[in-house]
Amino acid sequence: MAQKETMTVNMGPQHPSTHGVLRLIIELDGEIIEKITPHIGYLHRGIEKLSEHRTYHQTLPLTDRMDYLAPMSNNLGYVLAVEKLLGLEVPERAQTVRVITAELTRLKSHLVWLACHALDIGAMTVFLYCFREREKVMSIYEKLSGARMTSNYYRVGGLSADVYAGFEKDVQEILDTFPAHFDTYEGLLTKNTIWLQRTIGNGVISAEDAIDAGITGPALRGSGVDWDLRRDNPYSGYDKYDFKVPVGEKCDTYDRYKVRLVEMREAVKIIDQALKSLKPGPVLAAEPQVCYPPKENVYNSIEGLIHHFKLASEGFAVPEGEVYQSVEAPKGELGYYIVSDGSTKPYRMRVRPPSFVNLSAIERMAKGAMIADLVAVIGTLDIVLGEIDR
Amino acid sequence: MGVDNPLGDNIITASLDGLVNWARKSSIWPMTFGLACCAIEMMATGASTHDLDRFGIIFRASPRQSDCIIIAGTVTKKMLPVIKTVYEQMPEPKWVVAMGACACSGGIFDTYSVVQGIDEALPVDVYIPGCPPRPEALLYGLIKLQEKIGRERNSFGSTIGLGERFDSAA
Repeated sequence: MAQKETMTVNMGPQHPSTHGVLRLIIELDGEIIEKITPHIGYLHRGIEKLSEHRTYHQTLPLTDRMDYLAPMSNNLGYVLAVEKLLGLEVPERAQTVRVITAELTRLKSHLVWLACHALDIGAMTVFLYCFREREKVMSIYEKLSGARMTSNYYRVGGLSADVYAGFEKDVQEILDTFPAHFDTYEGLLTKNTIWLQRTIGNGVISAEDAIDAGITGPALRGSGVDWDLRRDNPYSGYDKYDFKVPVGEKCDTYDRYKVRLVEMREAVKIIDQALKSLKPGPVLAAEPQVCYPPKENVYNSIEGLIHHFKLASEGFAVPEGEVYQSVEAPKGELGYYIVSDGSTKPYRMRVRPPSFVNLSAIERMAKGAMIADLVAVIGTLDIVLGEIDR
Repeated sequence: MGVDNPLGDNIITASLDGLVNWARKSSIWPMTFGLACCAIEMMATGASTHDLDRFGIIFRASPRQSDCIIIAGTVTKKMLPVIKTVYEQMPEPKWVVAMGACACSGGIFDTYSVVQGIDEALPVDVYIPGCPPRPEALLYGLIKLQEKIGRERNSFGSTIGLGERFDSAA
């Protein structure tokens, strides 16, 4: 009688295609994947615990370092959650700049996804092109906030500073040039036989399974579920913009690839509309108990000095209560659940990272596939370990 | 001239140290080994705008083929044994670059799970500050590493069992 035996293979945490420090224990029947067990925690830095010992302002820089490919989306979710607890109105200009920068972040994150995904499957050129374009977004980031990646640009109540002179011109250049670059990527991949053979029929997950697993973002939309928080639960004034939510049909890696590429084109459209509607005005709410006063007030008025001192030394108190606020981050629904006990520090902050939940579907997507196709599945999930382990 | 030179001008003389160090510093092959945010800046350094290839720096996916490990990101207590294994798998001579605040000192993550600097476990040659360091900073660090390799003495002799290898102070 033939006896069936499986072989166990360890993948990671040191593996160039695991996008960081993911470790997978794979059970194989020949070359067919029977079972995948993800092992996480190799990048657990204790961000949620750290936030309990920091004031609300000091927690903000920690959020940059979770999904480090999309720092501004992380900042946005956090400041929106705290603003919701405070009941704070954000000036319109700040909201519009937030939308512009959040969509630039989406471009930046999707460019890294495409670069790494293509590199994993064997297309080196796409990697070099994507990183070339990404530098353009990075330079805007740097001029806005002083940092290329860990931007920390938003503040509770608005922005840390108004945009620099020439911001509109820089963004306009991106709007003018990027669609042609997207055409270049599509020219390299969309009808490339190798790309089609590696992605069509790979990592299939039905809409029902995707909802059961709690998948969000492009991975869910690739399975044909029309769900986007920017449209269905708008925040930061997203309801004012006209954009399309792309959905896939075949639920495979190729459809998710196409969904993300359309999303990049739609992001360009949103930025264009937001840039046109950008009007002069304040970028920080006039709420001296929460927002830092302008520097000239700190130096020239006693009230400004006191407010600055109080904020810098003890932070601002947030009314007792709890709040959940989610945003459509490039990878899916990024949610912040904050419990406040009325002090200046969060009593508990829990993050719902999209990558963590999306990763849980890896077995459903890769079971029955060949082991060589697993890197394509990891790539299409677009996971970031900083966010999974926190 | 008394000495017959059949090779003509196709010959140069050099000290063995100079020749070996020149070869080693011009072909640093680091591990493709990213841990966190700094890894993305490391990728950006290797990609089109900054281009590490012009320094002879080519990323290798296997520790057996590499002679440099760039610790790019936060080292957790769970990850440390893995990094040690990878480091031990690399053949001599090998160099360690600590990239970013986390790898240098733990950075802002002074928590129960984070190793407070990779120098607790590995001998670090170059520290690069920043959170994350800019690509230019990584390039500068790698050039400093090249200078350091260039100053090594008797590195070849020690490999074939003749005396000790030593670095001159920076």
